[in-house]
Amino acid sequence: MSEQFIARGPTLAYRMLGGETIIMSAGDSTLFSLDEVGSFIWQKADGRTLDSIAADICEEYDVTPEVARRDAEEFVAALVSRGLLVLSQEQPVREKS
Amino acid sequence: MSLFQDLNEKAFYLGVPLSAHLDLTYRCNERCDHCYLDHDDKGEMTTAEIFGLLDQLANAGVLMLTFSGGEPFLRRDLFEIIARARALTFNVKLKTNAVMIREAQAKRLRELGVNKVQISVYSHRPEVHDAITRVPGSLKRTIGAIRFLRSQGLNVTLANVLMRYNVHDGPEVQKLARELDAKYTLDPTITPMMNGDTSVLSLRIARDDLANVVRNPDLVGDVDQFCAPPSPQDETAMDDVPCSAGHTSCYISPYGDVYPCVQFPLPCGNVRRERFIDIWKNSAPMNEVRSIRLRDLPTCSTCAHGGTCTRCPGLAYMEGNMRGPSSADCEKSFVRTGIVTAGMKAKNAGPLIGLVQIAAAPAVGAGGTA
Repeated sequence: MSEQFIARGPTLAYRMLGGETIIMSAGDSTLFSLDEVGSFIWQKADGRTLDSIAADICEEYDVTPEVARRDAEEFVAALVSRGLLVLSQEQPVREKS
Repeated sequence: MSLFQDLNEKAFYLGVPLSAHLDLTYRCNERCDHCYLDHDDKGEMTTAEIFGLLDQLANAGVLMLTFSGGEPFLRRDLFEIIARARALTFNVKLKTNAVMIREAQAKRLRELGVNKVQISVYSHRPEVHDAITRVPGSLKRTIGAIRFLRSQGLNVTLANVLMRYNVHDGPEVQKLARELDAKYTLDPTITPMMNGDTSVLSLRIARDDLANVVRNPDLVGDVDQFCAPPSPQDETAMDDVPCSAGHTSCYISPYGDVYPCVQFPLPCGNVRRERFIDIWKNSAPMNEVRSIRLRDLPTCSTCAHGGTCTRCPGLAYMEGNMRGPSSADCEKSFVRTGIVTAGMKAKNAGPLIGLVQIAAAPAVGAGGTA
């Protein structure tokens, strides 16, 4: 995953609501909710790499680079498995967050 | 509690308009008998104005956005508007008669990530559907469009408004929906026109036909549960709000007028003169709607159906009092349960009081002159 670029799924709808991110899938309108840290990673997932996101987490929160990277990797993998984030080998055009 | 209920409660608590309905035009290529709109263009918002509005709606927290009309495909900039809405990550639903949708349009809607397309179908019989729309061949065009949309994998719902003409066609339209692999929704409520004209109400279905609708398990699920008498009034229900209108949802006309709901024509402001968020937060009419709880409804708070009724405050407003009963919903509650509503009793009491007064006057006069 470290060499891949991470981006939000193109068919999703999402909005911040009271510190959480609410995500709605286009096909079946399934809802997902992300807490504050999840929302932070979600905002950063605009075509960056995992290392870049982990560095951003370290800047924002008081965690070691190892912990930031491990947690980000687990989180990104969970969202990829649900179709909310997509991985690509080529850097996508940065979208508006 | 489902995540959707949780989301709505949170939006309610935070005062966020989670959903908005934006009519892009009142122009239409059909002339449906029951339609509540006039179809003249009285100065629709421009593309740039709509883009600016979409930015404002996104910033206000709107997630679910419905584009409707009139017929939205009569806007030449429809796809530009949808593209802009999707770039702002709205969940987009489109309400249309679909007669202008061919393969290319269906493909474009799928590419743009439109979530749902709701299409008006009044009957499975062309002679009935086309008579209601007053456009020969419209059913054929609409069904063709549904096939194009489904072939693209888009979610399609057939919306079946029931009137006197087509009330018995509901099951066949439902069957048609199944054949087309689409969802089906039915609406037995005909609303007055936005200008207050109530002549279209004569199209409403008869009570016996409404009874058949509410006792159809294909439509309501568990009939015994759906038609059960209301439970004794729970005091906590007195703090309930009637619906989401003005709390987590709103309606915006093609001219920028903001209302609590598409069925609630109470003017709250215009986005051409004020920012949407200022109207949403500070408009006196919007705040008045927001302040109303069941306990504030003089008639409905005394009604056995109070906590379970689907009372529409917009229909009540169109009958003259947003705190009053809505006769269409009284009718539904009565037909569903067999229990007369407080609104029906009050309505019946009206002429009765008049008769007493008329009868009393000569008696007093007779006594006085004797």
